[in-house]
Amino acid sequence: MKKAMWTIFGGALLLYIVIVMVIAVGPAIDLAQTPPGPGVVPLTPLQEEGRQVFASNGCDYCHTLQVRPLPEDVPFGRPSAPGDFAYATPEMLGSERTGPDLTNVGNRRGEIWQYMHLYDPRAVSPDSIMPNFKFLFREVKAVPEGETAVSIPAAFAPKNGDKVIATQKAKALVAFLMSLKQAPIPGYKMNGGMGGPATAAAPAASAPAAPAGGYAYDAAKGKALFDSTCAACHQASGEGVPGAFPPLKGNAAVDNADPTLHLHTILHGAHGVTIGGVAYAGVMPEFGSQLSDDDIANIANYERSSWGNHAKPVTPSEVAKIRAAGK
Amino acid sequence: MAVTVESLPASTRSVTGKPGDDHALASVFKAYTISATFWLVFGTAVGLLLAFKFGAPDFWAEKYLTFGRLRPIHTNSVFYGWASLALVGCAYYVTVRSCGTRLYSVMLAKVGLWLFNIACAAGTIALDLGYNWGDLEYREWPWPIRLVFFVALAITAWNLLATIARRESKDIYLSNWYIVGGVLWTLVICLVAILPWYQKGLGQVAISGYFMHNAVGMWFTPLALGLFYYAIPKVLNRPIYSYALGVLAFWTNLLFYPMLGGHHFLFSPLPWWIQTTAIIASVGMLVPVFGGGANYLLTMRGRYHGRIESYPLAFLFVGVLCYIFGSAQGTVEALRDMQAVWHFTDFTVGHSHFTMYGFVTFAAWGGIYALLPLATGKRPGQFGMALHFWLATTGVAIYVISLSIGGTMQGLDWIHAKPFIQSVVDMKPYYLWRGVGGILMFLSHLVFVWNVWRMTAGKSGDAPSPVMEPEEAAV
Ligand code: HEC
Ligand code: HEC
Ligand code: HEM
Repeated sequence: MKKAMWTIFGGALLLYIVIVMVIAVGPAIDLAQTPPGPGVVPLTPLQEEGRQVFASNGCDYCHTLQVRPLPEDVPFGRPSAPGDFAYATPEMLGSERTGPDLTNVGNRRGEIWQYMHLYDPRAVSPDSIMPNFKFLFREVKAVPEGETAVSIPAAFAPKNGDKVIATQKAKALVAFLMSLKQAPIPGYKMNGGMGGPATAAAPAASAPAAPAGGYAYDAAKGKALFDSTCAACHQASGEGVPGAFPPLKGNAAVDNADPTLHLHTILHGAHGVTIGGVAYAGVMPEFGSQLSDDDIANIANYERSSWGNHAKPVTPSEVAKIRAAGK
Repeated sequence: MAVTVESLPASTRSVTGKPGDDHALASVFKAYTISATFWLVFGTAVGLLLAFKFGAPDFWAEKYLTFGRLRPIHTNSVFYGWASLALVGCAYYVTVRSCGTRLYSVMLAKVGLWLFNIACAAGTIALDLGYNWGDLEYREWPWPIRLVFFVALAITAWNLLATIARRESKDIYLSNWYIVGGVLWTLVICLVAILPWYQKGLGQVAISGYFMHNAVGMWFTPLALGLFYYAIPKVLNRPIYSYALGVLAFWTNLLFYPMLGGHHFLFSPLPWWIQTTAIIASVGMLVPVFGGGANYLLTMRGRYHGRIESYPLAFLFVGVLCYIFGSAQGTVEALRDMQAVWHFTDFTVGHSHFTMYGFVTFAAWGGIYALLPLATGKRPGQFGMALHFWLATTGVAIYVISLSIGGTMQGLDWIHAKPFIQSVVDMKPYYLWRGVGGILMFLSHLVFVWNVWRMTAGKSGDAPSPVMEPEEAAV
């Protein structure tokens, strides 16, 4: 009588333990020793603190930190490699993308943008459903010595004219977000899985056939790329955010027969340039390492032909030339 | 081992015949149900607030009410406060009755309940204060709190095993295999999730995948299935269709379920073989799911008309259907081609509620409505049960359908390389519908409170006995 009981329960328990060892604990022991990939470095103490702010406020429930070898993940970077996670404990790969993947967000957005977005996501992304994190900021009458006010568009700034400054937690969080930059692994393809980054180049092939001897700009692609890579700062309306991100509508660099400055800015980024008499607080990230010549040409042409701009179109070979000329 | 329905005692009185034993068992069952009901209402009030925040992201965005802190509070309270306590309460009743004996220790059951509640309360407070180290789903509570839960579980295992050891019958009824199996496996799960040595970087990812699905598949599922094996034959007053099929489902469930956690990390840098094993195991799960599911449905055969009059049976029936279809949906989701569309979308949230709500939560309700009146001698009102049933069923249908459609659109937006924000905009109407479903679900929980009150402290209602009349011998 007792025997039956121990056979069933003991057997079921034992079998389970064996399976768990084989499927979970064994592999985990092995995987925990994965060495860091090339260029993968530990976080600084400040970034580490920011990672903790990220976890304790549950950013991970809306944002993943893993890129899959699938075409739809191409905007987020190259596929994640095992070595990317050597220092990422606790793991925060995440399971849901209510918001975009953040693996490579440090390469896409600048600090000023991050502060503004955290204070009120709708200040830079009108349709966003991300909660505001105003509790990571303080509103003060006068900016204390050694602090800088976060630039917030007037419509989103405190109504009583108070200035917004970041708390230590916000600074740490932004330091962490800015650290999210993938170390490049040339030609890396994972698992031989479906698609993979190789497909990233595929759209070029499907671009409309070039008319004899010429280059045709893909307007739909240009708009889509602009909306996903540039609109966060320059806004879909091309009007920018006053004081932080310059307008591209009627912009002298964009609406200009000579595309050199326009393309150079996209390829290499910019900071500290006075545009239309205004010095902008934000930083324009470099996109040369993230976008192909073809993509850049499509984006540039979209900008050059939208919001009343009428500049001569550019070709991918012009982009290649300016890329080759270097910074 | 010729096991027949005779091992399922027809009597609702304890064989010891001592009224004190019945009273003690009823008090344990009652206490667990009341605690569980509290956590259900609390956890889903938070869930409703979360659903609302998708439409109003700036509403209550303060530190202690921010989305990212409330979300794990929702999931952990409904998992560990509601579903776990409701199922453990039923498990005590099922084990004691099906073994034809009395509970080994009322004291241990109550100590366990206290510890479960302390863990849930402490976990909720810790998460709200921001003590969440890594957003590791369903194990976000700080580890000392999870240790308290572990101890409560160990006490439960001890109490159940000691009860079974003193049973009168020779055989151990199938329900107890599932129940005790579930409790023992979950002890292993909790331990594996707490021990730190291998939880570094990608090693921890492997454990997360394992934990997420084993918590649902080796804890809630076996407890709910064990409850089905007792409550369905009990309500119908007829034996389970096939005992052998139940045994087959038990062992195949044990074989396949633990291996499918990796499907949460398809296309991740986890080793390809773990991912492939997970997919194969996910397909293998069709054996226990269809085997077990068919067994329940065949047990109900010919008595479907009774479902209309008997709400306990109606709850159990929906639970069985959601078990079959929700699990089959999981198998489809695990295929690489489908994952490429649905992974990371709200389709997954739909799936979670299809299974954890449609299956587990309905099973718990069915079990409580079927068995609690037998324990306490008090019944809910027929109208109360009807209201609960229809609000919850309509609500969860709206919830799951809207997110399934919306999640598919979201995935297609990504595949078509639309700017990310397009998928956010496209989801807005579906988030709204999810909220509508959520309101109905939450209202149904308030009705459930009323029904629980009538089955425990309040005045007995007008519902007929949960046990149906036996069929004509000729059938
Ligand atoms: C309710 C879900 C939700 C939560 C919680 C959330 N976000 Fe977001 N997040 C979004 C959505 C949706 C977007 C896309 C729209 C936008 O840019 O605001 C986004 C965008 C972002 C972006 C810009 C990414 C890009 O590629 O443009 C960053 C950075 C970001 N979130 C950081 C955070 C941080 C840090 C936290 C936690 C403090 C957080 N998010 C919490 C939903 C969320
Ligand atoms: C993180 C915010 C951000 C993003 C994203 C961004 N920009 Fe910029 N951009 C800026 C800022 C800030 C400046 C002003 C730089 C300065 O002050 O020197 C700028 C300047 C420019 C200029 C130069 C204007 C001038 O008159 O010199 C162009 C052209 C431009 N951006 C195009 C783009 C394109 C195309 C993209 C998308 C591929 C893009 N930007 C993405 C922030 C951003
Ligand atoms: C009124 C009823 C309920 C409502 C309105 C509700 C709402 C929600 C919301 C809004 C989320 C967050 C989704 C996201 O982050 O995108 C969520 C997650 C979740 N809820 Fe509920 N919920 C309810 C009841 C329940 C119950 C009773 C259970 C389980 C017994 C449950 C289990 C879960 C799980 C497991 C998740 C995580 C989903 C995932 O990561 O895939 N919910 N719920």
